[in-house]
Amino acid sequence: MTPPTAWADLAWLTALAALTAYLLLGGADFGGGVWDLLATGEDAQAQRRAVAEAMGPVWEANHVWLIFLLILLFTAFPPFFHALVTDLYVPLNLILLGIILRGAAFVFRSRAPAGVGPRSTWGAVFGAASTLALLLLGAAVGAVTKGGPLGVPQRSWLSPVALATGLFAVAAAAYLSAVYLTLETRGTLQATFRRRARWAALALALAGSLELALLHAEALRFWSRLASPGILGVALLTVALGAASYACLTAHRDALARGLGAAAVGLLLWGWAAAQWPYIAYPGFPVRAAAAPSLPLRETLLVAVLGLVVLVPSLWLLFHVFKGGAPRRTPRPSR
Amino acid sequence: MGFTLGFHMLFAAFGVGFPLLMLVAERIALRGGGDHYMALARTWGRANALLFAVGAVSGTALSFELGLLWPGFMRLTGSTIGVGFATEAFAFFVEAIFIGLYLYGWNRLSPRAHWWTGVPIALSGAASAALVIAVDAWMQHPVDGGALLRGGVVSPLKALFANPHWFVMATHATIACYAATAFTVAAVYAWGMLRGRRTAAHRAGLRIAMVLATGATLLMPFTGDLAGKAVARFQPTKLAAMESQFRSEAAAPLRIGGLPDPARRTVRYDIEIPGGLSWLAYGSGSATVRGLDAVPPADWPDVPVTHVAFQLMVGSGTLMVLVALLYWWSRRRTASEGLGRLALLGVLLGAPLAFLALETGWVVTEVGRQPWIVYGLQRTADAVTPVPGLLLYLVGYGALYLLLGTTVVLLLRGVERAVPAVERAA
Repeated sequence: MTPPTAWADLAWLTALAALTAYLLLGGADFGGGVWDLLATGEDAQAQRRAVAEAMGPVWEANHVWLIFLLILLFTAFPPFFHALVTDLYVPLNLILLGIILRGAAFVFRSRAPAGVGPRSTWGAVFGAASTLALLLLGAAVGAVTKGGPLGVPQRSWLSPVALATGLFAVAAAAYLSAVYLTLETRGTLQATFRRRARWAALALALAGSLELALLHAEALRFWSRLASPGILGVALLTVALGAASYACLTAHRDALARGLGAAAVGLLLWGWAAAQWPYIAYPGFPVRAAAAPSLPLRETLLVAVLGLVVLVPSLWLLFHVFKGGAPRRTPRPSR
Repeated sequence: MGFTLGFHMLFAAFGVGFPLLMLVAERIALRGGGDHYMALARTWGRANALLFAVGAVSGTALSFELGLLWPGFMRLTGSTIGVGFATEAFAFFVEAIFIGLYLYGWNRLSPRAHWWTGVPIALSGAASAALVIAVDAWMQHPVDGGALLRGGVVSPLKALFANPHWFVMATHATIACYAATAFTVAAVYAWGMLRGRRTAAHRAGLRIAMVLATGATLLMPFTGDLAGKAVARFQPTKLAAMESQFRSEAAAPLRIGGLPDPARRTVRYDIEIPGGLSWLAYGSGSATVRGLDAVPPADWPDVPVTHVAFQLMVGSGTLMVLVALLYWWSRRRTASEGLGRLALLGVLLGAPLAFLALETGWVVTEVGRQPWIVYGLQRTADAVTPVPGLLLYLVGYGALYLLLGTTVVLLLRGVERAVPAVERAA
């Protein structure tokens, strides 16, 4: 049998693409939870309502990217998936708990008599669970970045660098979410979310600096890869895109700020993967050695391609209708 | 895991049936059937989205738990069954997208376009059930499993979808989901009518649900018969446990009810129809049915549980048919206006019966397969995680699901109440 290298690479790229989609779309929904939690001031209720209205139609579709990613990982990289869930048993369960509670809280809250707005129990659960899940998702990625023997419980997710990654993830998602919301709100609410986005940018810069310092101290291989010219270039470009997004935000060029911000976060992820390469997780799981045999890989990718044929037009329709500025029709009389 | 799955199934079942009901109601409304049909479609759309959301999070929990709790199983089979889950994920994706469109699209799409956004929800709901059952069918009848065990490579698509067991299981289980949803919705309106709220919306909701419930319930015995014959062919030990056939014998009787005693290898308190089992399983009253004695007791499933679950499934299925007949008979007799109390009480009973049938059917499938996790290939004990603290984990998630389930029920109570409110407003 031929070695499944090309298929393994392709499967890893597909997983990264799914993770990117999850980060940019689902991440913003988690960020919405952060803003729900931190909503203050006289228009706090309006802020929460804006978050809920923006998330409502799309969050479930965004969430499925995670399910797809998990399935792809256990199908295409069974040993890695196995090690990941064994090593990160505790944080993954907490993430799961956060995801369950946040999703349930989101729908329960909007169906409950009080609705979105004043502090309800489910509302508080929604914000807190979103933030916690985000923090731990970041920490899990941080634990993988740190390297070391994955597969034995070693609490690497509690190491400083992992926790810094968690903070970074919270700040990045909050930034994306606030920038997206500037496009879905008007007037003072829009100004509020611009201000929120600037706070998040500040937090992002601080968490990023902390992250870099800790990577230098704890993740030696990753740090040395970061210094290689190609990856350094990607890293600098990421920072430049982020700065440009911030500049557009202050200049009230919201759509451009959204595009640049999303590009920066996406590029960050791909830069991370490039620095990890040829490993998924250093040192135990090189992409090619951790992959399933080529026949299941090929069929998984075939299913993915066929699925995308259905998925892409459906997603386009969803985002076109709700995020594309399509005109609202007048409410129907039966309402 | 079993608990999460059992919980997930309850919600997933609604994902199969609910969209169809909501489409029918909206269609009737679009054809000028009246505003109360539109109110039903809106209410059902909201309820469906709520249930879908809980189904989605418990589904995520499942994909984590597969890895967390069954590392041995995933190591052996992950790359095979993963392809099945991947196909389901896409069906699920489509469902999530169109639920967003349907739920929030009332004022953004033309009425016709809006109706069409519901169609993919109904299709993908049924498709995701049928596709994920491919994984379960493979665990019952692992095509190419031997090659996998020897470290060989198998084609997942062939193993999953060229499996003769898949079709019968998928049909039977998917129709069971329709029956369960329809009976539950019918019961909600029957409850309202019993409490004196006999609005046009109540009658319409009840009728639409009962049409689906009746259709699905009447199909169940036929798909069940096919499923039973498939079990006889691929899993004789499970069939023997279902019917407590301890000894291999020709012209085996059909045992109805009763309590098996594995130690003495007898069944007490049952009714026997001579040759019935042979006839049902193999189409001949004198055919030989392989008994549990064909395999060592270590390879037996839990016979009492399998047997009793099977009897409960068949029993509730039969009662469901009777409830459906009672409803239509009562409708004819009382000319659609005041349905008889008895028929309404029957419909009310139909909902728990339908879910009992769904869950016991699942128990038969899974417990009957033990001690194997993949039939004849891997034992459950070799597949489970060695991580300690599993009990704590199970108790924790059990409590969480209880909380979620209770909240959902409380919120869904509003489904029936919401209708008269909308009517008054209209």
